[in-house]
Amino acid sequence: MSAATTSQHKGSVNYLNCDYSLKSWLTTLDHKRIGLLYLIAILIFFLIGGSMALMIRYELLTPEGDFLMSDTYNKTFTMHGVALIFFFLIPSIPAVLGNFLLPLMLGAKDVAFPRLNLLSWYVFMAGATLGTIALVAGGVDTGWTFYTPLSSTFAHGAVVLAVSAAFVAGFSSIMTGVNFIVTIHMMRAPGLTWSRLPLFVWAHYATSLIQVLGTPVIAITLFLVGVERAIGIGIFDPKLGGDPVLFQHLFWFYSHPAVYIMILPGMGVISEVIACFARRRIFGYDFVAYSSLAIAVLGFFVWGHHMFVSGQSMYAGMVFSVITFLVAIPSAVKIFNWTATLYKGSIHLTAPMLFALSFMGLFTIGGLTGLFLASMAVDIHLHDTYFVVAHFHYVMVGGQIIAFLAGLHFWWPKMTGRMYPEGLGKLSALVTFIGFNLTFMPQFILGYMGMPRRYHSYPEEWQVLHVLSSAGASVLAAGFLLTIGYLIWSLWYGEKASANPWGAKGLEWQVPSPPPTENFEGKPIVKEEAYHYSPELHEEEKEYEHV
Amino acid sequence: MSEAHVSDTHLPVAHQFEDEEQQFQSYSLGMWVFLAQELLFFGGLFTAFIVYRHMYFDAFVAAHHKLDWKLGGLNTLILLTSSLTMALGVRTAILNNYKATIGWLLATCALAFGFMGVKYVEYSSKIAHNLWPAGDFVFKQEGIDAGGAQIFYGLYFTMTGLHGLHVLVGILIMGWLVFRIYFKRKEVVDYIPIELTGLYWHFVDLVWIFLFPLLYLIG
Repeated sequence: MSAATTSQHKGSVNYLNCDYSLKSWLTTLDHKRIGLLYLIAILIFFLIGGSMALMIRYELLTPEGDFLMSDTYNKTFTMHGVALIFFFLIPSIPAVLGNFLLPLMLGAKDVAFPRLNLLSWYVFMAGATLGTIALVAGGVDTGWTFYTPLSSTFAHGAVVLAVSAAFVAGFSSIMTGVNFIVTIHMMRAPGLTWSRLPLFVWAHYATSLIQVLGTPVIAITLFLVGVERAIGIGIFDPKLGGDPVLFQHLFWFYSHPAVYIMILPGMGVISEVIACFARRRIFGYDFVAYSSLAIAVLGFFVWGHHMFVSGQSMYAGMVFSVITFLVAIPSAVKIFNWTATLYKGSIHLTAPMLFALSFMGLFTIGGLTGLFLASMAVDIHLHDTYFVVAHFHYVMVGGQIIAFLAGLHFWWPKMTGRMYPEGLGKLSALVTFIGFNLTFMPQFILGYMGMPRRYHSYPEEWQVLHVLSSAGASVLAAGFLLTIGYLIWSLWYGEKASANPWGAKGLEWQVPSPPPTENFEGKPIVKEEAYHYSPELHEEEKEYEHV
Repeated sequence: MSEAHVSDTHLPVAHQFEDEEQQFQSYSLGMWVFLAQELLFFGGLFTAFIVYRHMYFDAFVAAHHKLDWKLGGLNTLILLTSSLTMALGVRTAILNNYKATIGWLLATCALAFGFMGVKYVEYSSKIAHNLWPAGDFVFKQEGIDAGGAQIFYGLYFTMTGLHGLHVLVGILIMGWLVFRIYFKRKEVVDYIPIELTGLYWHFVDLVWIFLFPLLYLIG
């Protein structure tokens, strides 16, 4: 094969233009194309979930419930959560950027199991279809958490469909996790030792562990809810003496680690972007790498902090509270080390870097407010208020979505062969940052004053804060739409990208943009550590040679 | 893909791999990771079982007396034997004796069908005695909480049902392997899929080894 490809490499045959037919996309085994298939799929759910967020904020402009009645409001926030968590955030960075980049970063031709990779996309789409049917067939009003016995006995609407949707999508997540773990173990290029791996890879390794070990537990839990509702085998049914709190335990055993599925890959992106645009090796590489694993492992032992007021034993609560505080340590290690990387770095404020800096600020707020909620006494006041809503949106939107945007901009030239418009990119980073803070900062105050989540009406004295928040939501939406707009525009009109427009390190920058289907001409050999940067943005130093 | 030809000693190597060794290790690591996932999948049910057994100890003990430990024991014997025939199938595949491999795989399938047959007998007798938790569940015994017994049977049917589903999937995979070996490559047996199926099958066996004492034996 290598003999045949040497003659054609300078030509423009790459993974995008090698075949234009629809069939070639739908049957592709190429990890890069599968990444793009995921990108298109999750974009649809981002728009669905996002427009529901806007409907929620529009309703909350006035104290009375007028735009959405209670029932519709319940269904709206439920589908907002289901769509954005199961069908956008969880697959966002791993399935799109991870799929695209892992084999490139490892110097491999593809992931270990390309067919499983494609299957995961089809399974995801099957789950997404079920979710869409659930939405159309009457929606669900249980909240994305599907708490029993509300979900199993009392709720109206298509609970079984929605639960099946999450169940099926979960298996797609497991497949991605299995694939990544094996790929990272087995497919590394010669010389690419564990301590030379890009931190993006470490973050995905930790994420995959959670996907593989956490997702099956929620699968079986949702299965039990579905069985209880559809057939009537009542494992959680209080009529029989079943324990609804057991449901919460099982649910959060996955869903708390899942929160880290929704942040660890983002942290991986930030490490890459910061190292590149501060032109420095990440400060304390080992600590940042192992902190990802620490977060993944500790993440499995903190689920009880969702149940401080659910009748869980006080002593269990104390243990969960302490372990939750421990998670702050590896998270802070990352933030401090990124900051130390910036110190005396040669900082270039490109759009990805602005997003990354915005991440650092927003994630810090999201993380620190998590400590308020981890303290049992404070949590009794703040539980199920807007404080919680603001806290996790700071982590999920301010963290993961902003990191996703940072990564999307950073690797856009690699993925598409086109540059995005830099000026608009910077504007978008600024607009989303302002819009985001305007949306969720008032919600901290609302929550502290006692505004409960999941209500569509509220006392009049809170209107000012709600109006601020809704105004922020529209600014944020404008920022996101702007980004989607110019990224799509750049596919046709963007400037052509060189192989390594940022002068970045990492094997993915050593292949043409967009990369050829087989990624590398020969077999790359890695000869140096990750992030071996020099202060200037100069180009194209080879850090490996072909054999 | 790349010039990897099927000869007596070499298995085909997929395009993403460098060599046979890397391919084999990847496949087997992938299977182990998948099995870890399966473990957690059943783990949720085992947790629920332990919690409820603790909460409704008397009801669980009373309810488990209605299960037939002899049939359960028979099924344990059947599955253990099937693990042996599976292991022999893997061995003959590595030795490239495709006829023997087909024989052992079919034997394993037959035992798996036997297991499902016994399960069918058990299920129908439970349903005949009104112990199907979603129907008209009747459980009358002095001082025993019928709700607890109903949860026991809910867990019994869910756990053994999901396990049975895994047995069925195993049968399908083995059928596909037999088909593949018989019609596709008589000259060389690609033993990797058989070895991986073997791992899966031993796992299914192992789950039963835990289910049997938990549900049928301990009082």
